Formats: sequence, structure tokens, C-alpha cells
Amino acid sequence: MTADGPTPADAAAPSGAAPSAGRRPGRVANGFGRYLCKHVAGAAVSLLLVLFSSFFIFRLIAGDPIDQLTKERPVSPEERAALRAELGLDRPMWEQFWDYIIGTLTMDLGDSFQYRRPIFDLIVERLPATILLSGTGMVLAVLLGFWIGTRTGWRQGSRYDRGHVAAGLLLYSAPTFWLGMIVILVFARYLGIFPVNGMRSPSTPPQFWPQALDIAHHLVLPVLTYTAVVYAGYLMIMRSSILDEIGSDYLTTARAKGLRDDQVRDRHAVPNALLPTVTLVFLAIGGIVNGSIVTEAVFSWPGLGSLFVQAVFYPDRPVLQALFVLFSASTILAVLAAEILYWFIDPRIRKS
Amino acid sequence: MTLLEFRDVHVTYTGSRGRIPAVRGVDLTVEAGTTLGIAGESGCGKSTLAMAVLRLLPKTAEVTGEILLDGEDLLAMGWGRLRAVRWTGASIVFQGAMHSLNAVQRIGRQVAEPMLVHDKGLSAAAAAKRAEGLLERVGLPASRARSYPHELSGGQRQRVMIAMALACDPDLIIADEATTALDVMVQAQVLQLISGLVSERGVGLVMISHDLSVLSSVCDTAAVMYAGRVVEQGPAREVFAQARHPYSAALGAAFPVIGDPASRRNPGGLAGDPPDPARLPEGCSFRPRCAVAVERCGEAAPELLHIGGARSSACFVAQEGEPVVIG
Amino acid sequence: MTASTPTPAPAASAARRRLARARRRQSLARSWAAYRAQRTGMIGLVLLGAIVVLAIAAPVLVDESALSVTQATGGRMEPPSAAFPLGTDEVGRSVLALTLWGSRISLLIGLTATVVAVVIGTAVGVTSGHVGGWYGWVALRVSDWFMVLPSLVVAIALLAVLGRSMATTIIVIALVSWSGTTRLVRAQTLTVQSRPYLERARALGAGHWHQMTKHILPNVLPLVLASATLLVPSAILMESSLAWLGLGDPNVVSWGSILNRASDNGAVSAHAWWYLLPPGLAILLVVLAFMMCGRALEAVFNPRLRGESA
Repeated sequence: MTADGPTPADAAAPSGAAPSAGRRPGRVANGFGRYLCKHVAGAAVSLLLVLFSSFFIFRLIAGDPIDQLTKERPVSPEERAALRAELGLDRPMWEQFWDYIIGTLTMDLGDSFQYRRPIFDLIVERLPATILLSGTGMVLAVLLGFWIGTRTGWRQGSRYDRGHVAAGLLLYSAPTFWLGMIVILVFARYLGIFPVNGMRSPSTPPQFWPQALDIAHHLVLPVLTYTAVVYAGYLMIMRSSILDEIGSDYLTTARAKGLRDDQVRDRHAVPNALLPTVTLVFLAIGGIVNGSIVTEAVFSWPGLGSLFVQAVFYPDRPVLQALFVLFSASTILAVLAAEILYWFIDPRIRKS
Repeated sequence: MTLLEFRDVHVTYTGSRGRIPAVRGVDLTVEAGTTLGIAGESGCGKSTLAMAVLRLLPKTAEVTGEILLDGEDLLAMGWGRLRAVRWTGASIVFQGAMHSLNAVQRIGRQVAEPMLVHDKGLSAAAAAKRAEGLLERVGLPASRARSYPHELSGGQRQRVMIAMALACDPDLIIADEATTALDVMVQAQVLQLISGLVSERGVGLVMISHDLSVLSSVCDTAAVMYAGRVVEQGPAREVFAQARHPYSAALGAAFPVIGDPASRRNPGGLAGDPPDPARLPEGCSFRPRCAVAVERCGEAAPELLHIGGARSSACFVAQEGEPVVIG
Repeated sequence: MTASTPTPAPAASAARRRLARARRRQSLARSWAAYRAQRTGMIGLVLLGAIVVLAIAAPVLVDESALSVTQATGGRMEPPSAAFPLGTDEVGRSVLALTLWGSRISLLIGLTATVVAVVIGTAVGVTSGHVGGWYGWVALRVSDWFMVLPSLVVAIALLAVLGRSMATTIIVIALVSWSGTTRLVRAQTLTVQSRPYLERARALGAGHWHQMTKHILPNVLPLVLASATLLVPSAILMESSLAWLGLGDPNVVSWGSILNRASDNGAVSAHAWWYLLPPGLAILLVVLAFMMCGRALEAVFNPRLRGESA
């Protein structure tokens, strides 16, 4: 576990409390407008803070960016000055900041020091790999975690419950990178049934199906590692959410109506228990973009996570800035989406 | 014809404090088309008894005896048969409709749900139509079917619960403190609605309340429970008007009588608390709070015996024909 | 503790203090009994105790010279033998010695970072809940902001900026972990705040400082303890990830940094399982032990979870 998923201790409550503004049923649109404005404004402030901090934090990295840019070759002072002017480093700080904000908002993210290419292209190139890996892993982890969590919570204290909680905690306690190394050691090195790392083998024929199969083959171990470490968090959250519902009166009503135990669980307990986990699921979706930095690093997966780690060691300031903003923005927007969704799925938020 | 019969029903909870008896040998019958009221303080076992009918008690509760619905013992049924009987044989109007309704499901769907569960041939559209009809029947506009529980007032929610209880045309309806949380005006409306439906459909009704006056206005017979036992039974009006057990007398006096200003200004009360079910007193369990207790009461618990007419009482004093109220 | 106290009624206040102490002792005893009743919590505690003892005793068990690259006595990545029960690393040092010594740094960083995070989180939580107003609003927004930011991304970025040392690692981990505590403490503060006895204290003229330290804090601390115990494992995991990525203090040996060297030096392709397993299992065990303790504490202090057997 490396902070990619929820911790079992996380309270899974929606971060925006129910809005205080009172409204009548007939004026729902107005109420929604205010709710939307409030949360959009909040997200916008958060995003601005991210832009602001990313601009100034990475400026503190030791070393002159010109030195990093011109690592291998000697440069004359005139050349340096020209380069500074070209990069806009000679202009006042606030002008640079303004350009940076405008640039970020218009997707003009500048060039990477390391690759000497537009960062936008780099991101577009590597985004699919990241989404493929952490998207698959996240979907599996959430589904598996929620599925098991529902059942363990429903049968609290049973052998099924204790077994799954123990297994989940054990896997959750394993560091992702270590589990990845062990998985590689066992499945790739000893057994040799999966590739060691990367996303494709150079020898694969260029047609679609061989390529797809090759990628899928490479995908198995990283996804396995990622899911194994992350699913327990979702399991524990769903379990405790179900436990919160379990003594509720409406479940007795459902039972009295003659529903089977699994119908009571799936039709009544689960929809109520899912509500508080929505923020979490959206955080997970937002987290797909930054993926699992660690998993990508272990398996040399050519995604955004390994790009970020490379940029740290180069150091490639523009790439760090851009990815920091991208990663943070994706989670901020995901939480915003969750808050908007709550309006529609939790009727209680709308209550006057 | 006997619709519901409790035969020597005991309910015992097993918890961290050991085995706690909640219901200790109850025998009651409800004839088809009649109403039985069960009165008593909270904790006297009346709600436990209601929940025992459809076996809705938690696993920690052990129920013994027999509960016969239409001659069939509910306690001996297999789970499949029990599920089939739930809501079609007997339904419940729960107390606290806010929590007894699913907050994230529309009203209409919740009312229609038992129909769809029990009648596999019914289409969802037909069930929805019938649910709307039921809502109208209890005085709510059909459009309310699309509302969520929190969008309704307390009285409206309680009406929804009643509509829901009628969904599968049960022979028996159990109303567990169905009107307690409502204010007086709404309470009167809901009571009227319930008794109207009972007489119109000829179903049996078990009504549970701590308020004897409510029961006397709706029920044919009344049973008063104390510490897990029935202490007095008889025609509801008589029990209310002229109690033959000191506890029912106190319970009746605790509520002001509408139209009687004297009782309003000076409601009778009962000192002390109901006994801890884990440590019941020797003899009659009401003795510590009783104003007319005699020596015998500490020696043995009085049985519920006929004391003339349709009345029974579990009080030595009443059984000897003495009055149970002082003054 | 009698006549010398300059309060109007010294004897009475001493008696009150005694009473308060006795009550505190009593509730502590009750909590301990509730904790002891949980088997996994006790297993976690024993496990944790054993690990802490080993970490403290490391210098006695293995001389520090075993960590020196130049004084290494074994060969390159030797499998386990009598001389090296857990084999050697790429320069011939004992993996057992490295793992033992690594426990000190991993625990130190994990615990210190948690303490820093919890102190910040509690301070901000109590003050923002108690003082409220403009300050409370800003504090809430800022902690919400930290909560939403991807913590590993922030930690990596900050370490890249601040440089690699134990101190920066601790600061960075604390910085990405304090917000959860703040939210928890703030919510609890608001609950306590609305209780009648605090209103009475206010009416009797209790100052903010008195209210916060004498009334709110004691009520908040049990929950903080439980959540702090659950924060340590994530701090340890975070430290190990950062160290494994190569962002740890280059001058000390932690479990993460051992594994960093292992993967940099091709331990996986060399099939050197003895190099990989011990530090990783050590992390797993410590994290598991803290999780077990933390969950048990949570069950003790959080009434909602009471009765939970796990």
C-alpha cells in the first residue's frame, strides 16, 4: 500500500456537508444552482492554489534550469542569456507566473528539459498506458473490495468475515513495490510465465491482435500487484458502511415484507451503504490519472507515473510542474464530480 | 374464527448480561375482523411480542411456545414458508416511519415491492399502479409515489406505512406504536383511517400502544402487559374505564382524558420504573410500585384469571373482588 | 498539594483533582479491559512490542560496523549460510544486520512523522472547531485541500525540492498526513462544544485556553490515539516507498532503502530472494501490527464499532 487508495481508517463521508440553504421542492433548480456554484467555486479555488504552489515550489529546486538544459555541452554566457530569454527566465516573476497560468489553461505546458519536446505531447503519449494499468487495477479493486466488503459486513463475525478481513489487511500491509518485486521474482523469473517488465515486447508482430494480446500479457502482473494492495481499503470501507446500516429499521421492514436475506442486502442495505462511498470511488477515478507511481516504477510501465519519477531525478522542472498540476487537478475534479453526483443520488441533500 | 393465537409465548434475549426474559408466557387470541390492543410501558415486551409474530427479532432472541396464524404455527415454519407468509398473512405498521422507510428509494417502489415479491406474475407497471391506488386510499395524492420519504411530513409517512401494510391484502395487521410520534390531530386522523380500513376489509388488527385511551377508541379487546406478562385483559372500553389491575388503572390515569379538564390538570402518574427484566422481584412483579399490594403478592406471582364477564386480571386483590384503586 | 495552593478553597480543589485523577484512572482501566478483550489487538501489541525491542536492541545484537560498505565480510549476494543467516547484499553485508538496523530508521521516521502530523492536526482541528469564524473556515479549507491532493505525488515533489534527509522525509510525510486528523478532531470538537457542561464552563467564565485544554482535548484524545495508531503504518509505508524510489536519506539504512539498493543492483534478476524477503516482510509485519492495534483501539474508543470482534 502506498497511499494510492483509501486507508481503512478513512471516514468515507462526502467532503461537502449538506448545504445549509433551505429550499422548497418547487425551486429545486435554484437550489441546485447554488449547490453547484458553491462546489465549483471551491474546486476552482483549490485548482488555483495548486497552480500557484506548483509554480513556486518547483522553482526552489536547487540548480539553474539552464545547467540542466545544457548538461552535456559547454555554453558561453551569451548562449546562456539567449536561452534564458527564450525560456522567459529573465522576465519578472509575476510575468512568468501569468504566462504559466495562461499556458497551463491553454494546454501549452512548455517543453521538457529531458526530452526537449512539448510536455503536452509527452502526456498524451503516456496517458493511455497509465489509464490502462491503473484503470483496470482500480476497477478491479473497487469491485472486488465492495463485493467482498458487502458480504463480510453483512455477516460480521462469521468465518467468512474474519478470513477476508485478515487476508485484506495482510495484503494491505505489504508495500506495493515489494509485492511487485516478489511477484516478478515468482511469476516472471522462476516460473517465467509473464514478462518481467515493460508494456510490449519488440518481437511482437505489428497487427492489432498480437499487439493487444502482448499488452494484456504484460498487464497481468502489474494489475495483480496493484489490485492486491489496494482492494483491502475498499473492502474495509464498504464493510464498515454496511455495518452502519445493519441495525436499521428499514431493513426490518424489508425483511417483514418477505424479502430473502440477499434481497434485503442488495436492494436495501447496499444502496444506502454505497452513498457514503461515492466520494471515495470518484477519488479513485481521479487517482487513475496519476495511477500508481510505484507500480509503474516497479514494472517499468511507460506511463505518467514513471515519467514523474524520471522528472524528479533529472530534474525536469516543467514536467514536474505539469504533472503535479495534472495529478492534483484530476483528483480535485473527481471530488467535484462526486459532490455534484450526490445531489442526484442522495435525496437527503436536497431536503429543505 | 381465530385468526391469531399466542400460546404460552416466551421470548428470552441472550446478551452480555446473561439471559433476559422479555416476554414470559403470553396467551392471547385475535378473532378475524376484530381488533386487539396491547398496552404497556416501553420495555414491557409488547413490541417484542409484535416482532415475534413474523419472527423479526434478532438472532439473540429465543422464542418458545406457539404463535398460530390461521392455525399454522409461525414458530415452526421453514424459512421459505415464513417468507411467503410475511406481509401476505400478516403485515406490520412500524413505529417511526422515518427510519422504517428506505431513505433512498421512492415511496411508490417501496409500497409496490411486497406485491412484486409475493406475486411473481405481477408486472412492475401494474404494481406501481396499485401502489398509487393504495396511496390514494390512505389519503395521499398518487403523485406522492415519486417522492422520497424525507419529502413527506410525519403523518404522511405514517400513511405510507399503512398503505404499504395493505399492499398484499393481509389477514392481520400489526400496528406497533403507529401513531405515537404524531401530534394529536394527525394521530386522530391516522387512527380513524386504520379503524376504517379494518371494518371495511374485515382484517384482524393488533394495535400496540402505551396509550390506553388510543386503544380504547379503536380496539374491541385490550390486554395490558407488564414486565413481559399480560396482567389484565377484557373489552377495551371496560379496561380503560374501570381497570381491574392496579397497573392498568395507573396507566389509564397517566393520560389526560379529552374533554375532562380535571384529568388534564392532574394526570395520575406511577412512581418508580418498570423492573429490570434481568432481576425481577419475587412474587408479583408489579408489587414494588403497587399501592394496594397485600402480603400474598410477595410470595407468589398471580395468574391471569377470569374475574367475571369477559375480564381477566392477574391481581390477587382484584381476584378477590376488591377495588384496585385507592380513593 | 494542600495549603500552599493560592486558590480560595485549596482543600476542595485538591479533592476535586484527586477525584478527577481517580476517574481518569478508572476509565483508563476500563479501556484497557475493553482492549484486552480483543484478540487481534493483543496479538498486534505483542508483535509490536517484539519489533520495538529488537529495534532498540539492534546495536547490542549486531555491531554498527556490519553496515559499513568497506568492512563487509561476505561475498556478493551470497545465499543464506551459517555465517550470514539471511545471506548478503551486493557488497557482502549481512542482510540480517541491515534489516535489524533498518528497523530503527523505519520506526523512527514513521513514529516521528505521525507525532508531528497528529500534533499539527489536533492543534488545527481543536482551534478551528473551537474558535470557528474566519479562521475556522480557512483552516477547514486548507485541510480539505491537503486531503484531496494525491499524497504520494506531493511527497515526491516536496522531497525533490527540499532535498533528501531524514528530517525532510519526516516533514514531508507529516505534511501529507495531518489533514485527516484535523477533520476528525474538528468534528469531535464541534460535538463536545455543544454539550451542556461546556456551556456551563463558558457561563462560569472559562477562557478559550481553559476550555480547549481542560474540556475539549481530554474528550478528543482517545479518538486521536486510535487514529494516530492507524496513521503510523501509512507513514511507514510512505517512508518505504519514498526510500525505495531513491528519495530517502542516502546516509542511513531503512527497510525502504535496503530494497532500493536491492532493485538497483539486480537482486530480482539474480533471484536473490533472501535480499528481498526480510526487509519487505519486516515492513509488512510492522504495518500489520500497527493496524491490528489501531483497529482494536478504534473499537474501544469509537462506540459505533463497539462489539466488533475484529
